[in-house]
Amino acid sequence: MARSKELVPGVGRLSRSQVAARRGLYKGLKKSEKPAATESPATIEKSVGGDKNGGKRLIPTSKASRFYPAEDVRLPKKSRKSPKPASIRSSITPGTVLILLAGRFRGKRVVFLKQLASGLLLVTGPFKVNGVPLRRVNQAYVIATTTKLELEGFTVDEKINDAYFAKAVTKGPRSAEAEFFEEGKPKAKEAFPESKSADQKEIDKAILASVKKTENLAKYLKASWGLSKGQFPHQLVF
Amino acid sequence: MSSSDSTFKRFIEVGRVVLLKSGPFSGKIAVIAEIIDHNRAIIDGPTTGVTRQSYPYKHLTLTPLTLAKLPRAAGSGVIKKHLEKEATIEKWDKSSWAQRRAATEARRNLNDFGRFGVMLAKKARRDVVRKTVFKAKKST
Repeated sequence: MARSKELVPGVGRLSRSQVAARRGLYKGLKKSEKPAATESPATIEKSVGGDKNGGKRLIPTSKASRFYPAEDVRLPKKSRKSPKPASIRSSITPGTVLILLAGRFRGKRVVFLKQLASGLLLVTGPFKVNGVPLRRVNQAYVIATTTKLELEGFTVDEKINDAYFAKAVTKGPRSAEAEFFEEGKPKAKEAFPESKSADQKEIDKAILASVKKTENLAKYLKASWGLSKGQFPHQLVF
Repeated sequence: MSSSDSTFKRFIEVGRVVLLKSGPFSGKIAVIAEIIDHNRAIIDGPTTGVTRQSYPYKHLTLTPLTLAKLPRAAGSGVIKKHLEKEATIEKWDKSSWAQRRAATEARRNLNDFGRFGVMLAKKARRDVVRKTVFKAKKST
C-alpha cells in the first residue's frame, strides 16, 4: 500500500486497480535473484555491567514497537472456497456421440471418451472416420445426442490428460520472423509426433470396433451436422 | 335448417367424434355428449383417456365419424358401449388422417441418428426411381 496512502485503517486512497496500474505489473514482473536470506537469531545474549544485574541478558534482535494500534482493525475474512471440478451434463456419458458447435471442427459428430481434470471433454472423431483427432472441448459448445456407442471395458490411458495437450514451451527471446521463416524461406512444417499418432490409433481401434457394430454409424459420424430450412435446434430431438 | 339442406357434411352434434387441438389431451379423440351453448360442448372419451369435460369448439376439429344413435347427454358407460359397438376407435386409427398424424409424430421424435437413417433411405429411393426412369426413357 506504499502508493496508496491510507485514508482510514484498512482503506487506501487508491482503488485496487489504480494500485495495480501504478505498480506497473503489466510491464512484467521484475525477476531479480534475491540474496539468500541469512537467518538471524531471535535473541542475542549481551553482557551487562553492574554487580546486581546478573552479568548477562537476553535481548531481542528486533525491538518491539513502542506503539500498538488503539483501534482494532478488522482483517478481511479468509475465503475457504475453492473451485470445484465442473460437473458434466447427465446426457454426456462415455461413448455418447456429440455434435461440435464451435471451433475448427464445428458441425462434426464425435465420440466422447472422458472428462479431464480441467472439466473439458476428451473426444475423438475417430480420426480415421471423420478426421477429428483426440481433442479437448468445452461442454458448452457441444450438443449431446442420444446415440451412444458401447464402450464397455474401454478405458483411456492415464497419460492422456490436460498436460498431454499443452503446447511445448520455448524459452528465450523469439521474433515473429524466426517463428515462421528460416533462411528467407517459410519454415518446413514440423512432422506430427509419432507417439501421438500411435496413441490416436490405439484409442480409435477400440472405438472403431464398436462403431462397426451398428449399421450406418460410421457414415453418420463421417457426415457433418447442420440445420436446414424450418429446423430449430430447440424443437429437434437429438 | 336441418343438416340435409346444407352443403356442409360435418356438424357439431351429439355423437360427433372430435379431435382435440389443445390442452393436455391434445391429439386425442373424443365424442360430443351434449351441447352446452354456441361456444362449448361436453365431450367424453372413455376409451381414449379423455375425461368428461366441457370444451370450446375453438379447440376442437370435427372428424367425419359419428355415433349416430347416441342419445343426448349419455354418460361415459353408454358412450363406451356405443364406441365399442361401432368400432369407432379402430375406424379412426385406420383413417389416413390418423395415420398421417402418427407418422408425423414418429418422424418428429426421431433422434439425430434416426433422421440420418431417413436421409439415407430417401437417397436410396431416389436412386432407384432415377435409374428406373432413365431405363424407361431409353427403351421408348
